[in-house]
Amino acid sequence: MNPEPLVQFRGITKTFGGVHAVDNVSLDLMPGEVLGLLGHNGAGKSTLVKILSGVFLADAGEIRIGGEPAVIRSTRDAKALGIETIYQNLALSENLDAVANLFLGREISGRFGFMNEEAMEEAARATLHRIKLRLPSLSNLVASLSGGQRQAVAIARAVHFNARVLIMDEPTAALGPEETRKVGALIRELASQGIGIILISHDIHDVFDLADRLSVMKNGRVVGTVATHEVDQDQVLAMIIAGTMPARAAR
Amino acid sequence: MAVASARLRTLSDHVAQAAGLDARLLGMMIVLLAIWLGFDILTGGIFLTARNLFNLSLQVSVVGIMACGMVLVIVARQIDLSVGSQIGFIGVFGALLQSEILPIDGAATWWITCLAMLAAGAIIGAVQGALVAYAGIPSFVVTLGGLLFFRNAAYQINEGRTISPLNETFQLLGGGLNGTIGAVWSWIVGLFAIAAVVLVVARSRRRRRGHKVAQRPLSMDAIMVGVWTLVIVGFVMVMNGYQQPATGIVMGIAIPVLILMAVVVAMSLIARKHRFGRHVFAMGGSGESAELAGINTRWLLVLVFTVMGVLCGLASIVVTARLNAGASVTGTMTELNVIAAAVIGGTSLAGGVGTIYGGLVGALIMQSLESGMILMGVPTPMQKMVLALVLILAVWIDMTYRRRRLA
Repeated sequence: MNPEPLVQFRGITKTFGGVHAVDNVSLDLMPGEVLGLLGHNGAGKSTLVKILSGVFLADAGEIRIGGEPAVIRSTRDAKALGIETIYQNLALSENLDAVANLFLGREISGRFGFMNEEAMEEAARATLHRIKLRLPSLSNLVASLSGGQRQAVAIARAVHFNARVLIMDEPTAALGPEETRKVGALIRELASQGIGIILISHDIHDVFDLADRLSVMKNGRVVGTVATHEVDQDQVLAMIIAGTMPARAAR
Repeated sequence: MAVASARLRTLSDHVAQAAGLDARLLGMMIVLLAIWLGFDILTGGIFLTARNLFNLSLQVSVVGIMACGMVLVIVARQIDLSVGSQIGFIGVFGALLQSEILPIDGAATWWITCLAMLAAGAIIGAVQGALVAYAGIPSFVVTLGGLLFFRNAAYQINEGRTISPLNETFQLLGGGLNGTIGAVWSWIVGLFAIAAVVLVVARSRRRRRGHKVAQRPLSMDAIMVGVWTLVIVGFVMVMNGYQQPATGIVMGIAIPVLILMAVVVAMSLIARKHRFGRHVFAMGGSGESAELAGINTRWLLVLVFTVMGVLCGLASIVVTARLNAGASVTGTMTELNVIAAAVIGGTSLAGGVGTIYGGLVGALIMQSLESGMILMGVPTPMQKMVLALVLILAVWIDMTYRRRRLA
């Protein structure tokens, strides 16, 4: 019994000034799956997911969400479809506090657009509790938070609005070992709730223990997709560097 | 040493936070008080008289109204150099409208003129904002063009004449001899203000309880209400302490000052409690993050400049009514006072940081320095030179403060 893929990329192409950043890419993401997206800098990983998150518009190809063709013209469209993104730089506003960041663009507000800050603070607290991440104070400006705490805000923002698809760009690159472990556990926990997660990394060690499947990109194309338990790290490295599929796992 | 000073800073932060203010605003208010006391001593007790404070409140209203908008513009990491020319142009436009198109003595003339002037400001702001947001021209350039364009448009549309007198009801909006609300109404306004403070505090407490969010200590809220009550009562008493020179009738709060207070409260609510204000701060802090959060930053910019334009229209109503004349030179160089007020008030030119109250205090500091120096007989060029140095000093202090915070 094969469940329907959550996200289907079909023939996605995007060029910047004649360069094929993403070249005819087709890829599936299943619900409850952690998909590692690997490749060198400039391999097209970020561009591909930015098409999914509404930052870029594809030149050609189709995206299906839950089997339905989806039109994603803006980050707002993507969020409406339940696609949340945690960017590498986290895209937080440092001059605002954690609650303001969590609800940025989606504030709880009453008539005439005035915000209900108490309701937002309560809801933010509940979400942080749910994902087992803690902040010393919700009213501190993000500028004064540590890397791990910022990550917590960004993750809370992504999961608060009942994301179906979560895109994480280098989620642990800026974190210490303890925080990396915590975020890793959280990723598995979120996947077990049925959320489909795309983990982007240029470092295989970041994703090898977390991902169910690995897709490798090179020069804008998908080299191949393998189940993590069927390969070892050297074979994946060969995919990244040489762009060759391991003989055994080739399909 | 370092530990002690850090501890002191934390303590002052706590005190300021408890009072519902940020530490810097508190510092600026202390500076303002020091300026007032200093000038009072230097002028032999003239500065802190009801008469001078009444005049000060009247003089600060035009720059104060515009500073509220400028804070928002600078928070959005933009600048508007055209505000002085806007009030000149809109003033001439309003004067022409009421003296040549509408019946000058008509009952509806004053408010039709006001609406038209506000609309003119909105259109000017929206066009400039659209040029910045959609055409991608830097706001410095667009509004520098606006500065030249509207100043000269003000000369062009009335052929350099000064249009006077204006509609009598309209004149009241400038706060002339009859443009105040008198003793009784001043007290009524004061009581309303106190009631509003109590209501706001009570509502916040109720909401915090309802949402199980940490409650502020009751004593702190009580102190805050108490301080505000003292300020409001003191203000009304000072305004009522000044009597009309000829008749001895009590003046009370001037209408432009009422307008200014309404603008400060409204803009402060918009900046801190409304989605729009939140988005402006987010955009000023990081345009990319705001955009990734799904905020339409271009449209937001158009709105910010439109608000600035409407406030220019309002300021133009006040200044034109006070002068009882539409003159092409009105508001020349005012843009610098407005920008200085916002910046002295702690608005960061790097964007994302600033408060409306700060802008008001900044305007008060500028106006107090000017007024005090006039009382002392300091020559006009010297006054401007001092104000220029104060501006630079204020920004230097602000930058030092910010660096120390981050360290």
